[in-house]
Amino acid sequence: MMDGSKGFEDALTGEQKIRNFNINFGPQHPAAHGVLRLVLELDGEIVERCDPHIGLLHRGTEKLMETRTYLQNLPYFDRLDYVAPMNQEHAWCLAIEKLTGVEVPRRGSLIRVLYSEIGRVLNHLLNVTTQAMDVGALTPPLWGFEEREKLMVFYERACGARLHSAYFRPGGVHQDLPPALIDDIEAWAKEFPNVLDDIDGLLTENRIFKQRNADIGVVTEEEINEWGFSGVMVRGSGLAWDLRRAQPYECYDEFDFKIPVGKNGDCYDRYLCRMAEMRESVKIILQAIEKLRAPEGQGDVLARGKITPPKRGEMKRSMEALIHHFKLYTEGFHVPEGEVYAAVEAPKGEFGVYLVADGSNRPYRSKIRAPGYLHLQAMDHVAKGHQLADVAAIIGTMDVVFGEIDR
Amino acid sequence: MSELLNELGGHIEAKRPDCVIGWDVTHGELNVDVAPSNIRGFVEFLKTDATCRFSSLVDITAVDYPERPKRFDVVYHFLSMYQNHRIRLRVAIREDEMVPSIVSVHPSANWFEREVFDMFGILFAGHPDLRRILTDYGFRGFPLRKDFPTTGYTEVRYDEEQKRVVYEPVSLVQEYRQFDFMSPWEGAQYVLPGDEKTEEKAG
Repeated sequence: MMDGSKGFEDALTGEQKIRNFNINFGPQHPAAHGVLRLVLELDGEIVERCDPHIGLLHRGTEKLMETRTYLQNLPYFDRLDYVAPMNQEHAWCLAIEKLTGVEVPRRGSLIRVLYSEIGRVLNHLLNVTTQAMDVGALTPPLWGFEEREKLMVFYERACGARLHSAYFRPGGVHQDLPPALIDDIEAWAKEFPNVLDDIDGLLTENRIFKQRNADIGVVTEEEINEWGFSGVMVRGSGLAWDLRRAQPYECYDEFDFKIPVGKNGDCYDRYLCRMAEMRESVKIILQAIEKLRAPEGQGDVLARGKITPPKRGEMKRSMEALIHHFKLYTEGFHVPEGEVYAAVEAPKGEFGVYLVADGSNRPYRSKIRAPGYLHLQAMDHVAKGHQLADVAAIIGTMDVVFGEIDR
Repeated sequence: MSELLNELGGHIEAKRPDCVIGWDVTHGELNVDVAPSNIRGFVEFLKTDATCRFSSLVDITAVDYPERPKRFDVVYHFLSMYQNHRIRLRVAIREDEMVPSIVSVHPSANWFEREVFDMFGILFAGHPDLRRILTDYGFRGFPLRKDFPTTGYTEVRYDEEQKRVVYEPVSLVQEYRQFDFMSPWEGAQYVLPGDEKTEEKAG
């Protein structure tokens, strides 16, 4: 009935009515950084609602961990955030060390710092360059991956595996680094700032890159608290919050480094933060190398005791050492009853492990707190009102990896 | 560090005696046991109180203790970036009990509570959208409960004839093995025949 009682609606036919459009973004989208499925409700090109569906890579890590010994659980951490594996192992080792009260020897601690920072560079290289690819640049990933390849060779030379390293062990690290490897890492660290300058030259003043990133996905201090952000998502907005400085673990308090912060809290500032953080990491790497060469930096890399294996040489002569080795790798070590939360400043933010031990050789419960989980949760909030094309830029800047989000 | 946390624990107990059941500082971490009904108000207090300022939620999870009458512990972790300290809240609940949701105080609790619901089947009263999050679409059961088998109940494969993914009950080629490596030597109290007499003498 067209009597004007419904206003303009009367003149519209069903075909002319405009309704919001729902699209599926992913799970097989190259900009989804893995298996993310976003259900987007679009009004024209503006995102009205964004519902992330996660869990497509859920492997039940936490359940599996309850049926395995503490040492068997360590490799699961490599498979969480597979972009920077050793940083995750670090949190697990710290949790066990906190409960057992084991002191890591200085050399082991320095090697951990060295490889954590290598992990940070690995992660930021991947994130910065693939985020640039999401917004249209093709060269940066090619340049970044070349450097990542070199770093993975350092991983391989330390532990035998390029990605799933299982190198950090409760009580230290698995093996000592050969001097030649330390020399090569130093040579790389001296060269690397030039590569960063190159990537800088490609992106920082690039008009397209700036247009796609500046003022996109702005995060304020209030939003940081509301959504529980950590890592670069916090620092990009001007808060100098870094666990390495605020709640120092390992021997980070000895190192001299700056915490880069952004000003506007947008994607572009977070990009700048990541670039600056890589330069700081290189500084830490060089300092760690110097400390490793100093006389105080010599010695064992594992705290020898109940939770670590005996030396190979000892096993050839001592029966007790042989028994200890056998029992350690079959029964595993026992962790005293208690609950702890240990967190590290992983490249993506605060990565934590909540461990409940019941005194047996297996964890009673372990909860993995992944920074990406909270970042992705805020996707609906951050992406609302942005264009569809910006969704890719925001996913990129949030630095999500589904290994750790889906667990 | 521990003195500061002791002070903080005392402060919280003095301010909100109705919420705090007990608190302790172990391994340099502050633990507070809270009654389930008070959790939302207590979290709000922790967020706004000037001494606490626990502004960001770090984690919500649960632990299953099937042998206890109050079967689950819901565990909250908070962090204050301003005061640089952390706190852990534990809420013990029965299997049929609901926990008030804290989404209205911390929006970031949304997914955590969904995950706890997904994994343990704990319901959060007042949650805006309590769906499963990590498990498969149409999944049944609560995997992180201790009575849920590690292997699960269903397995999937691609069926070449039907040209789609099919769900089947789990069939293992061999029994799922759970070795008991516990040392029979360590910690055992052996009494050699005749030894009990020496103890009696000493006693």
